[in-house]
Amino acid sequence: MIERRPLGALLAHFILIVGIVIVAFPIYYTFVASTLTTQQIMAPPMPLVPGGHFIENYGGAFAGVATIGGVGVDRLLLNTLVVALAIACGKIVISILSAFAIVFFSFPGRMFFFWMIFITLMLPVEVRILPTYQVIVDLGLIDTYTGLTLPLMASATATFLFRQFFLTIPDELVEAARIDGAGPMRFFRDILLPLSYTNIAALFVILFIYGWTQYLWPLLITNDNNMNTIIIGLRKMISFVDADTQWNLIMAITILAMLPPIAVVVFMQRWFVKGLVETEK
Amino acid sequence: MHRIHATLAASAFALVAMAGTTAVPAQAQTEIQWWHAMAGANNETVENLAKEFNATQSDYKVVPVYKGTYPETLNAGIAAFRARQPPHIIQVFDVGTGVMMGAKSAIKPIADVMKEGGQTFNKSDYLSGIVSYYSAADGTMLSFPFNSSSPVLYYNKASFRKAGLDPETPPKTWPEAFEFAKKIKASGQSCGMTSTWLTWIHLENFSAWNNLPYATDQNGLNSLTPELKINGPLNIRHFQTLAELQKDGTFQYGGRTSEAKAKFLNSECAMMPESSGGIGDMVKAGMDFGIGSLPYYPEAAGAPQNTIPGGASLWVFAGKPAADYKGVAQFFTFLSKTDVQARLHQVSGYLPATMAAYEQSKKDGFYEKNPGREIPIKQMMGKEPTENSKGVRTVNLPQVRDIQNEEIEALLNGKQDAKTALDNAVRRSNAAIKEAAKAYQ
Amino acid sequence: MNRRVVFPNKLLPYLLVAPQIAITSVFFFWPAFQAVRQSLYRDDPFGFSSRFVGLDNFEMVLSDPAYINSLQVTVVFSLSVAVVALVAALLLAVMADRVVAGKGIYRTLLIWPYAVAPAIAGMLWLFLFSPAMGTLAVMLRDLGIDWNPLLRGDQAMAMVVGAAAWKQISYNFLFFLAGLQAIPKSLIEAAAIDGAGPARRFWTIVFPLLSPTTFFLLVVNTVYAFFDTFGIIHAVTGGGPGKSTETLVYKVYNDGFVNLNLGASSAQSVILMVIVIALTVIQFKYVERRVHYA
Repeated sequence: MIERRPLGALLAHFILIVGIVIVAFPIYYTFVASTLTTQQIMAPPMPLVPGGHFIENYGGAFAGVATIGGVGVDRLLLNTLVVALAIACGKIVISILSAFAIVFFSFPGRMFFFWMIFITLMLPVEVRILPTYQVIVDLGLIDTYTGLTLPLMASATATFLFRQFFLTIPDELVEAARIDGAGPMRFFRDILLPLSYTNIAALFVILFIYGWTQYLWPLLITNDNNMNTIIIGLRKMISFVDADTQWNLIMAITILAMLPPIAVVVFMQRWFVKGLVETEK
Repeated sequence: MHRIHATLAASAFALVAMAGTTAVPAQAQTEIQWWHAMAGANNETVENLAKEFNATQSDYKVVPVYKGTYPETLNAGIAAFRARQPPHIIQVFDVGTGVMMGAKSAIKPIADVMKEGGQTFNKSDYLSGIVSYYSAADGTMLSFPFNSSSPVLYYNKASFRKAGLDPETPPKTWPEAFEFAKKIKASGQSCGMTSTWLTWIHLENFSAWNNLPYATDQNGLNSLTPELKINGPLNIRHFQTLAELQKDGTFQYGGRTSEAKAKFLNSECAMMPESSGGIGDMVKAGMDFGIGSLPYYPEAAGAPQNTIPGGASLWVFAGKPAADYKGVAQFFTFLSKTDVQARLHQVSGYLPATMAAYEQSKKDGFYEKNPGREIPIKQMMGKEPTENSKGVRTVNLPQVRDIQNEEIEALLNGKQDAKTALDNAVRRSNAAIKEAAKAYQ
Repeated sequence: MNRRVVFPNKLLPYLLVAPQIAITSVFFFWPAFQAVRQSLYRDDPFGFSSRFVGLDNFEMVLSDPAYINSLQVTVVFSLSVAVVALVAALLLAVMADRVVAGKGIYRTLLIWPYAVAPAIAGMLWLFLFSPAMGTLAVMLRDLGIDWNPLLRGDQAMAMVVGAAAWKQISYNFLFFLAGLQAIPKSLIEAAAIDGAGPARRFWTIVFPLLSPTTFFLLVVNTVYAFFDTFGIIHAVTGGGPGKSTETLVYKVYNDGFVNLNLGASSAQSVILMVIVIALTVIQFKYVERRVHYA
């Protein structure tokens, strides 16, 4: 048993609480702002305890956006959900297959594919945004969920993570499967997938958040207000120039836009953490 | 567990496949795409205008699409043009005017759009200062002035009283304005003056208003490679004063665009040159403010001349079917209607685009009820524009403004004096203009 | 990085990598090739005149002092973000791993910022720290600090580093916590019995065992600081004052999207791709070998 140090535990609690105050403050601040009036928000220092306009602002958030572009917050949230889910699921499926091929097979061109996939690891859509936009136009994918999601699946982060995990699977397991006469797909289905279950859950969280928080790409390839995501809807309402911006409503919608990804992270944290633990074994 | 994965995979592909089925609405009407950069309350105005126009007729449907900030919108338009799918109408900010003018065959001058669309269109119906800004060197009107503004001086009447100044007499000249700022600071208040948009107000409009050249070749109207002239003695004196006042906080820099407005709204700074379009926030904050003309230098010959507009105009892309342009022309006629223009002007603080809307607002007694709201119009049309005040054109004005802002920030931070800052700005801007012009040769 | 035991199969592996290769080719290699092509041309924004200029764009970019400046800014910014985010997260994770009571609550409260979009995070930080209206800016000034990030480059940098690191702490925290929980308790107990104190146990056992996690996070944080912080910088400082927070990616955006110089912007994209690809290769070839897979 490791020695107990009450002072150490106290210090740990103290550091954690300070950490939480720093980390959670901007979100708390947003919540407070979402219960005030615009005048209160704009006159510094803004109060740091919630005000009495909660119902008014959140009710107004739904009514308010409905008048902008004729699209309701519910539709924007649905779009964002579809985009986030499609990116998460699509990327997981694509990545686990290619990581499986690269780790468990030896075939001509394997290293070529390996590098072809992994040099894209750190290059997000932003550095090639205009030519990628051209591709989307040529394929007629403007204003479609495919256009919103497919290009964002073209990166290797998930493949990288699966590969890292697959490398830790002991050779004996593969050997045993082969001795049992199991083919590669049966090995994949019966052994690898179950082992990867928590990894998939962890990746799902990461990719869901990634998809949910996109801005520049959806802005460029949606012309139809009905295809906007919540982040774009929100930015539509924000103006520092020549417009009286309804900050109270914006803060309320900001909270609404944060809730689904926060819910995913919080509710899936058990699997998330477990998935990451498994990776390290 | 396998079933879970199968479901996961299936749902992913189902979601992607769904894209194919997102229905395109039935095309009974011709759709007119209007890309714009209006966020916040202005976004609602845009939506309402489209709705109103769509309700007046059934052949066309104007569809406004928000495309982000002004640079993002311009870029989305250019990317779409290069991909051969441009919108019909695009809102381009004042500094993008040079870019659009360089685009020649990509755009259709609104004079042509109106003629081909069978709509009567008379340039002289529109405010002269605005028309000249959005016209080619030969006088052809190229774009439709949608939201134009002019810089004015907002001041806080309560702060004036506290400093023993007459709240009904704003300063007329810059030396006066700086005196006022010092008095306000001396009376124990935190800051005498701030300013939004330093490049637009203190360089571009400064030159036009004081009838000084901003650049050679009629400020770039006649040439792709004008050379900037913003390092004259008066420019240097003006910025040196600002830099000295910044040191003790009499003047407080508040950012490149309109962030400084917050310093005025919270009564920290007593005076602020800012766009007339920014009035909505001041009204909404319920503060006791007055509006004065943009200050000038009495030693400048011919000052005050006229200001040049900020804001944005609507450009029409070329290459659409003739029938579409009919709809676009109808829409512009709708936007030019006196009651529409008068209403836009009165609710927003933007200038009316047409003379008739100005007259209408006078008749409504709008300016008697809202003193100060006529000032930006008078600034814009008080005098016939000179070579120095028709506008400022370089193909890369956004980049030039960036360079100027960088040098000004180094000046206000005490890293260089005004002469060095403006000399650097001229040198670097000229090099950047030459470089950018190469692409057009 | 190769397994000893593999499946012998001719066709199957190709089918398995096909979807990823297809998507990568269409949405990565083809556009990247276009970017390379574009970088050799000088276009007007609308694409009417297109002139082949060879390596002129590269020469122009590399001889531009502003480019060298943004390179320095990027290095300072990325290092600061990675160090702040990793160190803070590791500290919090170690503490969270130590406490018995309330672990779940701490974890739940610490992971929220991860779910905030960069575009929104930028707006929030502006609200907190903008000199004119920020609540925390007012407090800083009441403390006698001359808080003016609009003119002072160092403060502006601190602000964007803070915002960028803030968003990344939760992510790193979760990974570190997971890594810590995966370390067999028996190892630590054995060391404790041998008389190693907490600090020594951390450096000799825990930290080395965390190295795969740290390696992975280093990659992720580098990518993050390079690219995903664009939204934050865009919203908080716009690259200013001067050019003191203009990173390479921000400059690509600014030259391409605002200044409409497609040739120069593409040349920068290409340089960026080369740098990043080189970093990736180095990480795979060298750093990974030193990493300890438990």
